[in-house]
Order: sequence, then C-alpha cells, then structure tokens
Amino acid sequence: MSRELHRFKGGVHPPEHKAESTSRPIHAAPLPKELVIPLRQHIGNPARPVVEIGARVLKGQMIAAADGYISAAVHASSSGTVTAIGLQPVPHISGLPDLCVTIETDGRDEWVVHAPLDYQAMEPSQLRMQLRDLGLAGLGGAVFPSAVKLDPGASRACPTLIINGGECEPWITCDDLLMRTHAGEILQGAAIMHHLLGSTTVLVGIEDNKPEAVAAMQAAAAGMDFAVEIVVVPARYPGGGAKQMIQVLTGQEVPSGKLPTDIGIQVFNVGTAYALARAVRHGEPLISRLVTVTGHVLRPQNFEVLIGTPMHTLITLAGERDGATGVLMGGPMMGVPVPDLTVPVVKATNCILVKSAALFPPLPKALPCIRCTRCADACPAELQPQELFRFARAGDFGRAQEYHLFDCIECGCCSYVCPSHIPLVDFYRYAKSEIWAREKDKRAADLARERHEFRQFRQEREKKEKAEKLAAKAQAARTHAALDQAQRAELAAAPAAEVTAVSDADAKKALIAAALARAQAKKPDAAPRNVDQLTPEQLRQIEEIETRRAKIRELVRKPLESEQKNP
Amino acid sequence: MLAAIGVMALLAVTIGLVLGWSAVRFKVEGNPLAEKIDAILPQTQCGQCGFAGCRPYAEAIANGEADINQCPPGGEEGVKKLAELLGVEPKPLDEAHGTPKPKSVAFIDEQACIGCTLCIQACPVDAISGAAKQIHTVIAAECTGCELCLPPCPVDCISMVPIVEDLPHWKWKHPVVMMKRIAETEEA
Repeated sequence: MSRELHRFKGGVHPPEHKAESTSRPIHAAPLPKELVIPLRQHIGNPARPVVEIGARVLKGQMIAAADGYISAAVHASSSGTVTAIGLQPVPHISGLPDLCVTIETDGRDEWVVHAPLDYQAMEPSQLRMQLRDLGLAGLGGAVFPSAVKLDPGASRACPTLIINGGECEPWITCDDLLMRTHAGEILQGAAIMHHLLGSTTVLVGIEDNKPEAVAAMQAAAAGMDFAVEIVVVPARYPGGGAKQMIQVLTGQEVPSGKLPTDIGIQVFNVGTAYALARAVRHGEPLISRLVTVTGHVLRPQNFEVLIGTPMHTLITLAGERDGATGVLMGGPMMGVPVPDLTVPVVKATNCILVKSAALFPPLPKALPCIRCTRCADACPAELQPQELFRFARAGDFGRAQEYHLFDCIECGCCSYVCPSHIPLVDFYRYAKSEIWAREKDKRAADLARERHEFRQFRQEREKKEKAEKLAAKAQAARTHAALDQAQRAELAAAPAAEVTAVSDADAKKALIAAALARAQAKKPDAAPRNVDQLTPEQLRQIEEIETRRAKIRELVRKPLESEQKNP
Repeated sequence: MLAAIGVMALLAVTIGLVLGWSAVRFKVEGNPLAEKIDAILPQTQCGQCGFAGCRPYAEAIANGEADINQCPPGGEEGVKKLAELLGVEPKPLDEAHGTPKPKSVAFIDEQACIGCTLCIQACPVDAISGAAKQIHTVIAAECTGCELCLPPCPVDCISMVPIVEDLPHWKWKHPVVMMKRIAETEEA
C-alpha cells in the first residue's frame, strides 16, 4: 500500500521553528478601517480596474478584471467605498509603489450575491474562465493564475495530480493549520482539479513534521468518493518545492526548461485547493488567506486575513516586541524583506516573519569564494552554484545561462551552507533580472529596426508612386494637346502630314498658350473691386498709392537692369 | 608522369567547378559583418553618429569608414561589444557625437500641438500618430527616444520624458552594490 518514495539530490535541514505558531488556533484578523488591494498580485498581466472612485463595493465584488489569458481578477475583501485608485506601497523588495484600489470599509461586511458553481455540468473552459474571474492564483508563493494551470492543454489529460502540503520552509505553518482544520475542503478542491485535469492518480504530499495534518487529511480522504493517497515524505528543505515534491513522490524529474505538465503532472498548493473549493462550492472569490505571523512577536500564530489588510496590524495583533530588526514576507530561506510595514497582505503572503538580532543574527561580512563546492552538494536543482556566482558577478550572463541559471529555484540552500556567507541567491536573481531586461531591450530594438526599415520601404514606394503619377499626367496632357492641335489643323484644312508631325515642343507650346489664355480670361476678376462709389478724397488716395507703387516698381527694376548690364 | 599531371589537372578542374558553383549557390546577400554590427547597435535611429540611421553606421564601421565610438545611446557597453566583435581595443565615447542620456520617450503637449505633421515626417520609426490639423500623439511603446522630432516642431510642444523605474521595469541591483549601500546606510 505504501508508495515507494524517491530522493531529490541536495537539500538542507534548517531548524524548523514550527511549533511556535502551531500551538495557537487560527484567529480571524479584525476588519481594518482601510483595505489597500494591489492589482498585480499574480504572475502575468495586472488586473484592470472596473470600479470608480466613490463607488460603493460589496464584499466579494470584482474591482479589477483579469487582463488577458495569464491574469486573474481582484475583488473587494469587504464592503465599503472606493476612496482611491492609485500608486501605493506594495510588498516588493524594491519598495516601489504599484497600482492599488483603496477601500474604506463600512464595517457591515456585506456580501455580494454569489452562488455555487455546478462544476460537473459546466464546460471546462467556461469553468476556468469563472475561476479566473474569481481571482484564483497559486497560494504556495508563486501566485500563478490557477485557471491556466487547470487547463490540461493539447494532451487533454494530466495523469498525476499532486496536492502539495510540503511546507518545507522553517517558521511557516499556515498550510499545516489549514490541513488540520479544513482537510475536507482541501480534498473537495482536489476533486474539482481532478475533474478538470482528468487525472488518474491524486497524491497529497505532506512532510513528516506535520503528524496532525497527516491524520486530519487521512481521515478526510477516507470519506472521499475518489482515490486519493496521502503520502508522508521525509522533511528536508526544499522538499515542498514543486519539482522536488514530484521527484520524491513519482521519481520523475522535470526536464530543464520544461514544466511539470510536460511530463503529465500538475502540482497545486493545499491553500489553492481550499480556495478552489470555496470558489466552486460557495462562489466565493479569493479575498482572504491564512497568514502565519511569527518570529519576534509575543504570540506567534496564524490569522485568517482579508487581502489588503496592512501588515503592521497583524504584527500588533500577534503582540509587537521591542528589538525587531526587520520583517520578511515568507520564510527565512526564500522570504523577501518588507521595506515598509504599511504594505497590505496580498495573495502571495503566506508568512510575516519578524526578525530579531537573537533569532536572526546579522550575517558576517561576505568573504571570497573558496570553491569548497558545498553549495553544489546542497543544490536541489543539481546546478553548480559556485560557477553561476562567478558568471553572475562578472556579468557573463551568457555563460550563466549555459550553466542553466534558469533552472535555479532560488531556494537559498547554497547561501545557507556557504562558509563565506556569500548571498548567492541575490546574484542569481540579479543575473536573471538582467537577462530579462536585455531580452526586452533586444525585442524593442528589433521592433525599431523593423519599423525603420518599413518606413524606408514606404518612402521609396511613395516616391515611385508619385513619379509614376506625374509621368502619367504629363503623358495625358501631351496626348490631349496633340489632339487639340490635330483638331485645329483639321479646321484649318491643313495637310494631314503636318498633323502627324506635331512634335513635343509644339505640344508644350500649345500647353503654354492654353495656360496664358486661361490667365487672360481670369484677369477681369482680378480687377479692383468696390471702386464704384468713392469720394474724391479716396480717389486721390488711390492715385497717390498707385504712383508710389509705380515708383517702387521703377526702383526695383533699375538696379536689376544695372546688374544685368554690369557683367 | 603524364598520369600524375592528368590527375592533378582533373582535380583542379573539379575543385574549381565545385567552388565556382558554390560561390553562386551559397552567395550571401549583403555584408554579414554589417549585419552583426547592426545587431549590436541600439536601433534608436537617431543619427547622432553622423549617419542616416543604425544600418548605414553599421555598414560604415564594417567598411572601416567610421569609428566604433560614435553611438551615445549604445553607451560604453555598446562600444565594448563592438570592440569585442571587431577584435579591436575599446575606446571612450566620442564626445563630439553626444553623451549618453537616460532612456526617455517623446511626449507631445496636446494643448499646444497645431497638427503640422512635421514631427510625423521626422520620426524614423513612425511612432507618432496624427494627421494634418489633427492633434498628434506619440506611441510610447514604439518611441526610441531619438529626439529627431524636437527640432522640426514649430511650437516646441514636444518634450522628452525620462522613463521612470516602476515595478515592471525594476531590476535587481548588483548584490555587491546593494551590500555596499546597506553598509553605507548603517554607518550613517
């Protein structure tokens, strides 16, 4: 019965620190006065706002719609009034602001009308669209829009579905608590995924440091009407990484540059499965999630938090302590520093970890790499971190890519074991972001080249077209003049021979003559007007002006004549 | 003796024919070196190098008629890449052709625009939309920031707006730089 487990290479055993926050039950965080909801909470295009400032919104109402295929909608987490749509600080390492919708809550927490979805009767593509509009995104950390992952694609089936309850990162316990308290709903979510993907095997992988969660999930699995296997895997960081979980459970490796779907496997976090169950069975969009608040606080625990709640309110709830040296969003291995605590909780916020000098002593100054290759032994992606570091530091990004930089999952094992305390992952992140920026510049340059070349082609074409048009016109005029001449010749009863002898010069002469005649005909129009009823005074003035004009004309002509004479 | 000469002559003729045929069959249109140089140039089409665009400058470099340090938008990095490609020593940018500026895009003040189309005719990448006596506007995604639209504007309603760093454009800084910055702030 028990499944044969496999091993992934590398990995580390950092101190777990999970008991701190699992001893307390989940608390619902109180409704804040103001919710700041970022529109870029998922990978892909940011959502497009669909509400206006001053509008009253209800809990669960869509405030921004998905923009494109890889995108997800964003919803109001509570009822209230939209007070601003603009740039606000968001949890991002850069500290740069991003577009957010600010809602002043009214305290009534009034739900929008929502109804369960009959997923079994629905067309799968229609169901996926609904899930995108309910804002579903992966809650394991990458926040990839779930609707995209639930599309089995051209292969039409994804034989293995893995529900990831690994939660390997130290300190974080939100998935553990969710499995303990909502095991049934997680498996209901798995059933919907199973239905959409057409999987034959459904596995739930849980690390062996969460026995309560395993027990709860096993109890729930017994009552399910589809086969689901709860597999206990040995705890080893980063065993909760999707690729590592796949390797441990199935023995299969995701090839470099490929996705799990390419080998017929799809992985979802337990939180995502729970959110999917809420979305389908209750019609509720993703507006809240479990967040572990732990580290240097009085009462480390998990909160059920509305998306958009400011982080500092959670730290206050958990009991702020003196001597905090910083806050991480996420765990100590992969978390990113939060530069400003007013930033809101987003779909990706699984943990708020308050640091102190005692818990997280500042790293000693980085020393040069001694090429001990401990990082290579620890790397679960089987890369050569010391080489990647060398290339990234020197800006040799081509070589870094040759060494499979993009297979790095940024788990931080290399930095963790580095005896020189080099922040290796920062170098990989830097190299990746430089490569992306260069690719973007290259695309822009290619576009500019293409447009410039097309412009030159267009200008050439226009010039040619113009020349052709003029030539055609001249030709037409010439034949017309020739015909004219011929008619005249006939009228004059001239010999036919003369008509055929009409030369180009004659035609031109005829054209000029015709133009002169037209000008002559127009002349009377150019005569001065309004001169019928003039007073003697006005007549005298006209006379004066005319004499002056004549004089000027005379003056102008004289020097011209003298010039002509001189040479 | 005769057989040897015959064999050699036959060989020479065969090889000559093969070479002659492949010269016609595999003829490369254009200058492949100019192509490579053009791929390095930033395609701003600004003409600061003294040529009518990036392609003519690339051809001039390939023919040895222009130096590699005449492209300010490419910056020092561009010079370095060209030097690497051509196997010559990199040199500092020639100030006579201008200095590198932060990346910007043109912006038309639509209140002041009189719809004269002069900027549309000047834009090397057709990134300005509009028509005679209609307000013009810059298609920001396609603007290369070449500034060629500035001089023809009779009402000076075009300005260059530097691209500010926002989330989608943000890049990780070099960690050594970051570490230094942290050290500085801690000292301060």
